Amino acid sequence: MTSSNTVRMTKDEGEGENGNDDRLGAGGEDTYTPSARRIARERYKRARARRATAVAALSTLVTGVVLFLVITGSPGWQRTRETFFSAEYARMALPKVLDGLLLNLRLLAICGVCVLLLGLLLAVARTLRGPVFFPVRALATAYTDFFRGLPLIICLLMVVFGVPALRLEGVTTDPVLLGGTALVLTYSAYVAEVFRAGIESVHPSQRAAARSLGLSSAKTLRYVVLPQAVRRVVPPLLNDLVSLQKDTGLVSIAGAVDAVYAAQIIAGKYFNYTPYVVAGLVFVALTIPMTRFTDWVTARMDRRRAQGGTV
Amino acid sequence: MTADDTRTAADDTRATGGDDGPVLRLESVRKTFGRDRVVLRDVSLDVAPHTVTALIGASGSGKSTLLRCANLLEEIDDGAIFLDGEEITDPRADPDAVRRRIGVVFQSYNLFPHMTVLQNITLAPRRVLGVSREEAEARARELLGRLGLGDKAGEYPDRLSGGQQQRAAIVRALAVRPRLLLLDEITAALDPELVGEVLSVVRDLKADGMTMVLATHEMGFAREVADQVCFLDNGVVLERGTPQEVFGNPRQERTRRFLRRIVEAGRL
Repeated sequence: MTSSNTVRMTKDEGEGENGNDDRLGAGGEDTYTPSARRIARERYKRARARRATAVAALSTLVTGVVLFLVITGSPGWQRTRETFFSAEYARMALPKVLDGLLLNLRLLAICGVCVLLLGLLLAVARTLRGPVFFPVRALATAYTDFFRGLPLIICLLMVVFGVPALRLEGVTTDPVLLGGTALVLTYSAYVAEVFRAGIESVHPSQRAAARSLGLSSAKTLRYVVLPQAVRRVVPPLLNDLVSLQKDTGLVSIAGAVDAVYAAQIIAGKYFNYTPYVVAGLVFVALTIPMTRFTDWVTARMDRRRAQGGTV
Repeated sequence: MTADDTRTAADDTRATGGDDGPVLRLESVRKTFGRDRVVLRDVSLDVAPHTVTALIGASGSGKSTLLRCANLLEEIDDGAIFLDGEEITDPRADPDAVRRRIGVVFQSYNLFPHMTVLQNITLAPRRVLGVSREEAEARARELLGRLGLGDKAGEYPDRLSGGQQQRAAIVRALAVRPRLLLLDEITAALDPELVGEVLSVVRDLKADGMTMVLATHEMGFAREVADQVCFLDNGVVLERGTPQEVFGNPRQERTRRFLRRIVEAGRL
């Protein structure tokens, strides 16, 4: 347990108690003083929290020292440090990698929008009822089954090298466009399943209420089901977007000069892997804010749903 | 409740040819779930304009199913249901148009949690009837005011008490000016102290001439407010008559036993 957790926990407890006091106080006079029992209880909790923090700090320190000793003490450490952690190559690679990263960000933005739209469309298609929609439903199901199972790297290779091989008139051979298409194909299948789970989580009574008001099934979907479904799946969707963000690095296999490919060029030229480490760290740095944002949104929604309860 | 509700109802009646015909008519309705769960065996029922019909009977006797069938939320297996003399169970009938003329209030309110009370109420008038936002909101606020929810228009449903939510659900059902209101055990999920505020709304609606069918376990209320009481048992209307007849002098042994159990449970 970290010290910030400790502080928050004690504060929450305090707020809970205060809430009760207010309610009592509203009826009569507000002359509450903490009893000896409460003071003793809180003293014990503080001591316990301090102990937990101390244990956590100590174990972190021990783990760090052990890791450091094992790695730096290994027989190949000298060579490894020069090949993977060279400050000189890192300085050389960073600007190129950041240039390439712009492409990754553009891909993320454009593919992200396409993935969300296509995923939503597929999910809605899969929930359509009635025999008329059988072909639509079957196609959407086949699509999600196929692209969810197909490894992304194979999808990329097929699209990026297969489509140009067809030599079709007017079809692009641009590796960025083709790579982006492959990402959209795979990710929209994942996202469609997330949306579908959301749609199915809306209770049937909501649909019944909407239909009983005379709303058609399309309007029920539009005004009642989808708004609730989308809200519920925001955390898993953001999670998929984080994943998409790093997988944009895979378009490098098609020869698009993104952050990974920029690193590869330098690495290949000097036989030094430091640029890969730089590119990797840049991606991590990019996903961390997104992951934290996801955590924050999830926590906020959980808080809103759960009424009280400390466990 | 409302002078203008009554007026619309009367207008509708004139358009469909007379005040004398029943608003809702069930003819030998049969409904099964799966192969062998017969919920409604052979149910016939007339609901006259501006009257209140109470459906009573044990849990699982088919009260809710009957209401769901009348609103076409369930498809019946046999028989026919008529609204103002027009067969709504005809496969060629447009279910959305039928449901527009029937308001439903559910036991669990079923308000839309992502919308404010006002948005819940104006959804159908705006998106189904095509009423302008201003007009829909003005009417919604007027109805909310009458049901004592004037200050709750901007609240989300989960900020309201059960009784307030159920009253908001009633307003939502009334907002499309239905010809008929179906109330499905609307007090069953409420604390006893909140039951009263919802029932008094129903009382007001009756005074204003709204035609209603209600499934209920509140026998005292059924006795007070209903013009007609139907005792459902084993998929048929076993006994039907005025409250005095059904509660005061039941003809069937099953009805007598049911009412005795109710009295023992302190519910009558």
